[in-house]
Amino acid sequence: MPGSDPPGHSGRTIVVAFIVRRVIAAVLMLAVVSMATFAIFFLIPRALGQTPEGMASRYVGRDATPEAIQGAVKRLHLDDPLLVQYGRFAQGIVAGQDYSLGPKKAECPAPCFGFSFNNNQPVWPTLLDRLPATLSLAIGAAVLWLVTGVSIGVVSALRRGSVLDRAAMTVALAGVSLPIYFTGLLSLSVFAYTLGIFPGGGSYTPITENPVMWFQALVLPWITLAFLYAALYARLTRAGMLETMGEDYIRTARAKGLRERTVVTKHALRATLTPILTIFGLDLGLLLGGAVLTESTFSIQGIGKLVIDAIRGNDLPVVLGVTLFAAFFIVLANLIVDILYAVVDPRVRLS
Amino acid sequence: MRKTNALAFAALGTVLTMGLAACGGTAGGGGNTSSGNKATDGAAASTAKYNDAYTKVVNPSDAKGGTLKFALTNEPDSTDPGNTYYAWNWNFTRLYARPLMTYTAQPGEAGLKLVPDLAESAGEVSADGKTWTYKLKKGIKYDDGTEVKAADIKYAVARSNFTDELTDGPKYFALYLDAGDYKGPYKDKNLDDFKGIETPDDYTVVFKLKAPFSEFDFLVSNPQTAPVPQAKDTGVDYEKAVVSTGPYKFESYEVGKQLNLVRNTNWDPATDTTRKQLPDRIEVQYGQNGEDIDNRLIAGQIQVDLAGTGMQPAGRAKVVSDPKLKDSTDNPFTPFNRYAMMSTKVKPFDNVECRKAVQYATDKTATQAPWGGPLGGEIGTTAMTPTTVGYKQFDLYPNGADHKGDLTKAKEALTACGQPNGFEANLAVRGDRTKEVQVAEALQASLARVGIKLTIKKYPSGDWSAQYAGKPDFVHKNNLGIMIAGWGADWPSGFGFLSQIVDGRAIKPSGNYNQMELNDPAINELLDKGIQTPDATARNEIWAQVDQKVMESAAFMSFVYEKTLIFRPSNLTNVYVHPAWGMYDYTWLGVKQ
Repeated sequence: MPGSDPPGHSGRTIVVAFIVRRVIAAVLMLAVVSMATFAIFFLIPRALGQTPEGMASRYVGRDATPEAIQGAVKRLHLDDPLLVQYGRFAQGIVAGQDYSLGPKKAECPAPCFGFSFNNNQPVWPTLLDRLPATLSLAIGAAVLWLVTGVSIGVVSALRRGSVLDRAAMTVALAGVSLPIYFTGLLSLSVFAYTLGIFPGGGSYTPITENPVMWFQALVLPWITLAFLYAALYARLTRAGMLETMGEDYIRTARAKGLRERTVVTKHALRATLTPILTIFGLDLGLLLGGAVLTESTFSIQGIGKLVIDAIRGNDLPVVLGVTLFAAFFIVLANLIVDILYAVVDPRVRLS
Repeated sequence: MRKTNALAFAALGTVLTMGLAACGGTAGGGGNTSSGNKATDGAAASTAKYNDAYTKVVNPSDAKGGTLKFALTNEPDSTDPGNTYYAWNWNFTRLYARPLMTYTAQPGEAGLKLVPDLAESAGEVSADGKTWTYKLKKGIKYDDGTEVKAADIKYAVARSNFTDELTDGPKYFALYLDAGDYKGPYKDKNLDDFKGIETPDDYTVVFKLKAPFSEFDFLVSNPQTAPVPQAKDTGVDYEKAVVSTGPYKFESYEVGKQLNLVRNTNWDPATDTTRKQLPDRIEVQYGQNGEDIDNRLIAGQIQVDLAGTGMQPAGRAKVVSDPKLKDSTDNPFTPFNRYAMMSTKVKPFDNVECRKAVQYATDKTATQAPWGGPLGGEIGTTAMTPTTVGYKQFDLYPNGADHKGDLTKAKEALTACGQPNGFEANLAVRGDRTKEVQVAEALQASLARVGIKLTIKKYPSGDWSAQYAGKPDFVHKNNLGIMIAGWGADWPSGFGFLSQIVDGRAIKPSGNYNQMELNDPAINELLDKGIQTPDATARNEIWAQVDQKVMESAAFMSFVYEKTLIFRPSNLTNVYVHPAWGMYDYTWLGVKQ
């Protein structure tokens, strides 16, 4: 609606300045997150009396001799002052780093998020390797839950008190209440192992290798993950719609003689969608940082599975890397949502 | 011996034809015991019963082809045979890595005998017991067609035991070889500086030891003697492209995700008495959901849970309640003993009578329950486990016919200890291990019956050994009287089982497994005497004596000899439980197409 925009040039400047400001803030935020996570994993244990040897003992095998532990301390520079260690970590992100693997050095090119000493892999390529699975899962599920959740919410609100409304809200309550590892295993048991309609767990295949298999393997995870969120979104949409439908401007719109369809979609839904979009951005951002339960249940080797394994294995560099990675997505999603706000709700744009 | 078998079998509820509890296995025995045709012993698929694969080969078949699928809940420490310490991986790496010696491919006691693998025969030991010589079979090739040389075995031991980078495997060779202050092949490129092993020609490997070690054949059966050509070594990255000597070779490996193996055409079955090469491909998925693995096994979509630690509680409940499904399971002993150690340095456990009171008062059926009842383990009364060569059954502290505790005797012991009304003590447990916490609670309830009040202290398992129970200083400061732990032997002999956990000289300031801090000169001397005794029968007698002495100290209390419930899909062929691993022999398996 160009007519309602402020004069063109200054409007663009405002938008550009807004984006630049937000990007700078995002970068600063990531720097703070990196310091905070580094402190959690390296400073706090040291403050609580953990020695460099104690930390190194996590990176050596079961039969750790004092020499092996000392070797690990030196190799990982754990005896350096913490500031130097953080400096090395930050430098690695910007300029990359080298690690000794024995007869040769391993390069960890920028952005080197660190190096997993549990499986001897640089963290960044591992993250990139796991990202497509998480993206496939999160985006597919997001489309599914947004469409179904909002549709059900709208229908429920418009037919408040009907059998349809009650049934939808009961299913929604189940969706919110049931844990993913339950619904996931149940769906696998019924649709994969009993009926044989879909492949079982662990069958995720990259889309580049086999698009058909990719799709088939993701149907159940998509539905399982979307079931949880769709339920939540249906309830939110329904509540929002009910509130909005009681607003004065809806009455005005109806009084103007607008068709009910127009009233619902152009006026009521648009206002309801604003808070939904905010939550959607956050949810999607979080999921891109790893859908831990769904990935674990369906054995999908994504970011979420990576981080849960890293936490179990005390693999601090990976946990640190994923935290930063997830923080990046959340910050990015927030940024996009802020911009989308302006599109959905003219009040934001005008202010 | 027979009595033990009878007890074990009664618990299993099956008729076994041979006992694993027997002693007198000829550890270190040589010869060319071939078992390549044992497959004809097995039962047909449709008639296989519960626990059949424990004593014979189930679904015997020499049919080739198909893809054998393994799944694992976590990932290996490394696929590098020189850099791994998981029992299942020592079993699995034999598919692509042949050590000097290996175990006979047979179920039951016979499987605990060693046979030559890359070696022509068992090691020849010098008169002073300190030099072990192995001759290599001629014409053994890597998957690239080049021949295996003695120097490659020397290099493999050097890299796995003398470097800072390869930290995941055990360091027995560094401990026992007379290598001076050798810096390892990554710091010192000249392999001639490694004096612990000599290779006078391309087919002779001579190990030089600091002291006699009669079970050296067991040591060289560990995957660290699988040859690695120096030119192919890439350190910790070697796991991505391991050079194969076994029936399979790497096709692709995505760290933490998937390993695919294909046939190694340069493997010659004529040189190998223990392996088969039935499937065309072997696929291993890592990081798979445990419950889902069980469902996929039952559905036949995969064939083996690689870890060999058995089904998850949900899957277990499902199969035991269905007789048909139960017939597709096996319930072998693992090499693990699950036990409590009482610190001889923490009051009042420094008094043997107080320790005895714990032994008598414990309700062992209650401490057995968290492991899954009889399916999860048989109630234990010794330090060594039934599948350890040298094991003898005895019970110094009989606590009632039903094992629910003998409270009268417990109170007598308490009186003798000067604590007739009981006492308060701390019980340490790995807080993130549900079963062990439940055992701690059961023990707490047991001992409360005689006035021993235990406070449970939980510590994280990751640092358990380095920071808490394995650190005597910490144990003393925090008065940790009882610690709940477990141990599985690296090789199935008394020495392999006991040396790290009962030898007083193995007590370490950190990473200590002798958590009771038992330092009995008589035990230490027996361990030395045993490992220097060349005769296997005499040696095994000594291990039984050590076990007796350990139990006399009353500082060690076994809860269970661990068992697992493994699912055996009907499309899995040539299946039997190998006693050395307590899991299926992965080099024998085939798959129905």
